[in-house]
Amino acid sequence: MGFVDRSRENLLSKMATGNGHGENSPYFDGWKAYENDPFDASENPRGVIQMGLAENQLCFDLIQDWIKKNPKASICTPDGVDAFRDRAIFQDYHGLAEFRNAVAKFMAKVRGNRVRFDPDRIVMSGGATGAHETIAFCLANPGEAFLVPTPYYPGFDRDLRWRTGVQLLPVVCESFNNFKVTRKALEAAYERAQEAKIRVKGLLITNPSNPLGTILDRETLRSIVSFINEKNIHLVCDEIYAATVFSEPGFVSVSEIMEEEITCNRDLIHIVYSLSKDMGFPGFRVGIIYSYNDAVVNCSRKMSSFGLVSSQTQHLIASMLSDDEFVDRFIAESAKRLGKRHEVFTQGLDQVGIGYLKSNAGLFLWMDLHHLLKEKTFEAEMELWRVIINEVKLNVSPGSSFHCSEPGWFRVCFANMDDSTMELALTRIITFALQSKELRIQRKRQCWASNRPRLSFSKRRMDDIMMTQSLLSPHSPIPQSPLVRART
Amino acid sequence: MVVLSKIATNDRHGENSPYFDGWKAYDMNPYHPTKNRDGVIQMGLAENQLCFDLSEDWIRKNPKASICTAEGVDEFKNIAIFQDYHGLPEFRQAVASFMGRVRGGRVKFDPERIVMSGGATGANELIMFCLADPGDAFLVPSPYYPAFDRDLGWRTGVQIVPVHCDSSNGFLITKAALEAAYEKAQEDNINIKGLLIANPSNPLGTVLDRDTLKSLVSFVNEKNIHLVCDEIYAATLFSTPNFVSISEIMQEMEYCNPDLIHIVYSLSKDMGLPGFRVGIVYSYNDTVVSCGRKMSSFGLVSSQTQHLLAAMLSDEEFVGNYLEQSSKRLEKRHNAFTKGLAKAGITCLKSNAGLFVWMDLRRLLKEQTLEAEMALWRVIINEVKVNVSPGSSFHCSEPGWFRVCFANMDDETVEVALQRINAFVRQEKDGNNKAQGKRTKCLPKKLQLSFSFRRYDEGLMSPHIMSPHSPHVPLSPLVRART
Repeated sequence: MGFVDRSRENLLSKMATGNGHGENSPYFDGWKAYENDPFDASENPRGVIQMGLAENQLCFDLIQDWIKKNPKASICTPDGVDAFRDRAIFQDYHGLAEFRNAVAKFMAKVRGNRVRFDPDRIVMSGGATGAHETIAFCLANPGEAFLVPTPYYPGFDRDLRWRTGVQLLPVVCESFNNFKVTRKALEAAYERAQEAKIRVKGLLITNPSNPLGTILDRETLRSIVSFINEKNIHLVCDEIYAATVFSEPGFVSVSEIMEEEITCNRDLIHIVYSLSKDMGFPGFRVGIIYSYNDAVVNCSRKMSSFGLVSSQTQHLIASMLSDDEFVDRFIAESAKRLGKRHEVFTQGLDQVGIGYLKSNAGLFLWMDLHHLLKEKTFEAEMELWRVIINEVKLNVSPGSSFHCSEPGWFRVCFANMDDSTMELALTRIITFALQSKELRIQRKRQCWASNRPRLSFSKRRMDDIMMTQSLLSPHSPIPQSPLVRART
Repeated sequence: MVVLSKIATNDRHGENSPYFDGWKAYDMNPYHPTKNRDGVIQMGLAENQLCFDLSEDWIRKNPKASICTAEGVDEFKNIAIFQDYHGLPEFRQAVASFMGRVRGGRVKFDPERIVMSGGATGANELIMFCLADPGDAFLVPSPYYPAFDRDLGWRTGVQIVPVHCDSSNGFLITKAALEAAYEKAQEDNINIKGLLIANPSNPLGTVLDRDTLKSLVSFVNEKNIHLVCDEIYAATLFSTPNFVSISEIMQEMEYCNPDLIHIVYSLSKDMGLPGFRVGIVYSYNDTVVSCGRKMSSFGLVSSQTQHLLAAMLSDEEFVGNYLEQSSKRLEKRHNAFTKGLAKAGITCLKSNAGLFVWMDLRRLLKEQTLEAEMALWRVIINEVKVNVSPGSSFHCSEPGWFRVCFANMDDETVEVALQRINAFVRQEKDGNNKAQGKRTKCLPKKLQLSFSFRRYDEGLMSPHIMSPHSPHVPLSPLVRART
């Protein structure tokens, strides 16, 4: 029968040739700008400062100190190498018992020991990325949907949808009530799905929220739990930022609601967790699925074969997280440093009247720049964003990348740099804000006296330092705002 | 009623098969040279445990390879925050260099084509997601590694169409067999997207010769379908004929479309590091590299492990010595084992690679059927107290073959296993069929072949053992990501 005419287009899978990976979006321009011109305090002080990466880099001194004092935590030190062989051959998808015990204990401590976690429900995955995908594979069929409150982490689009075929439907939250997840919004989203004949299998919430940095209060959590019970749909709670809560109100985990709510069907409740944010270990790929549903534990554990945590890393984490004294100290100190960093940043913004959502968790701030938009559109947001990247030289993340329904919001990360870089970033923002204010004032006046010196700026001059002390901090070299551009 | 997905409730994870029993028996009564000499010896696990002394020695001498030693801890932060799905450049370079060494320096691998995955388990699934849509199929010569069913098909929806090979020609893959399988698939309206081969083969332990490889390449080019070569056992070669990698054929053949060729690799067998989850996808197709790399986010190698292996595998002297020693020790073990079996009158397929032999027990079957194979298998587990893997678990179309692993134990345990097998074969020869396992004159005094039904039943009846929460869950072979 010989040849089959197979065109080049279907040589690969639909998945491989489609856009489900999410990387063809305009947001990658921001990253490109950073990668082409990355800030370095000594090598490239005028480069783009990375504020688009939600990483926790504030406590590595504590970690390194512990590592030095605990050589047995590694299978490569003289003290630990006798364990090398056993760990190297350990590929059991249950994971090392000591690893599961340590993670369960850590998760409890992060919740102030108000709940206990069962080590036998701890299932590994390839980071939280792998955890979300696995949970979607377990709970939903292709074409079925999860509701997700907006704004939400952009990676969800890939993690929950790409290879699973599952859809994400937004639950629109708005600034007028601080992006609260209301019952009304949930019901509206659910109804829209029904009308579109899309079967909703669950609701995914992130608590503490990325990008908002806020936590869900007890009442909201209860209402969410009651909503999903009523509809008999799953609740997936991504609690990846649980230990980044740095001030009141205190964090309430869905696990605590489970202790209270005896009428909740436990088979509907699942937690996604990871050590990437709380400990600052994204490279170690420690994703966790914790389900109250036995069948889901079972199934996800089988699926974990596709993304187990390296036994070398399990061994290290088991040791570190079972050191009670260290863990208690780390959690407290990390929260303290995050709180301080948040305070420095927000105080700086307060100086120039830049608004932001009041928050008490996360590694970022949800900044409100809608007053800087030419018009209240997403196009204007993108334009402003390009200015921020290319001229203010900060890589921040525009709200539209988080599916925010309102233009003008930007997520700005503050925990992935040292204090002096933070200062510099703040100064750049402040300058920009002041210059924007200046521009707005000038525009309002609509009057350019002919003998008024023309403000001419070029990109080259932006590298020069010349602003009056009254406007700026006396300490740092300031690139000039791109919004002030006039020609003679 | 809480509804899960179809994937969550179907059987394609493969763990509901009868083979579970063999593992139960082992887990409930594992052999130990001093504490439990009566226990079941594990010969169902394809692991390479012969060269840990070399790795451990290297570890001791190279503290900078770890981010936890005094010498290496300054790198801790940089490594801990590194989550770029390209992987550490030094890791990719070291893996590419290692893969080249394993192939005797006859090919060079491009570090830019090295894509990470969650073990070979993750690699095989990933490549399917890239190459095939749900419902599409891959041809896979049988006998084949049982977990391919899960890895290739569970979450992807891809089907396996076996191409049956049998002992009439030493289990060779023939063009005729491939054509026949392909044609039949066409007739059944099954869309074949590719062919997947494991070379060296699991469970056969043989390698594909150059001509066969070339004919496979022609075949896929002709049909414009993919060729995925799982070369996970590449460095387990211990005697002639030489291993020929598909990468070498690529260099030789003028008319091969590189967009069709993909290699799956891992360090689990060659280096004995299954716990580290180092899976590699190496594709000659740029789109697949790009897509595969994006998908690798679901199963990246821990940066801590990348860092360690980057150092280890770029130590040329260590690698050279390791590969040589590993090969030597495997050869020695293979020879000792096959000689021991020969003494008992048991033959195996002639093999020169892998961590196992393909044992021929056809003449011990009551009849040449699958049921008889399973009956024999239960006897081997429960009475001989050796966990081996029956050919049917590898989808072998010919009953009576068993895969027996020999590289996951010390010399003494091999001896014990051989004695037991020898004794059993002699017993069978004498026509004694002892389902109840009475002691006979033929048996060495120290071997108590007494089968305790009570103990076996306890395992079956006790509910807590089957709970997902119990730490004492008997482990199916699939619990270890790869067997």
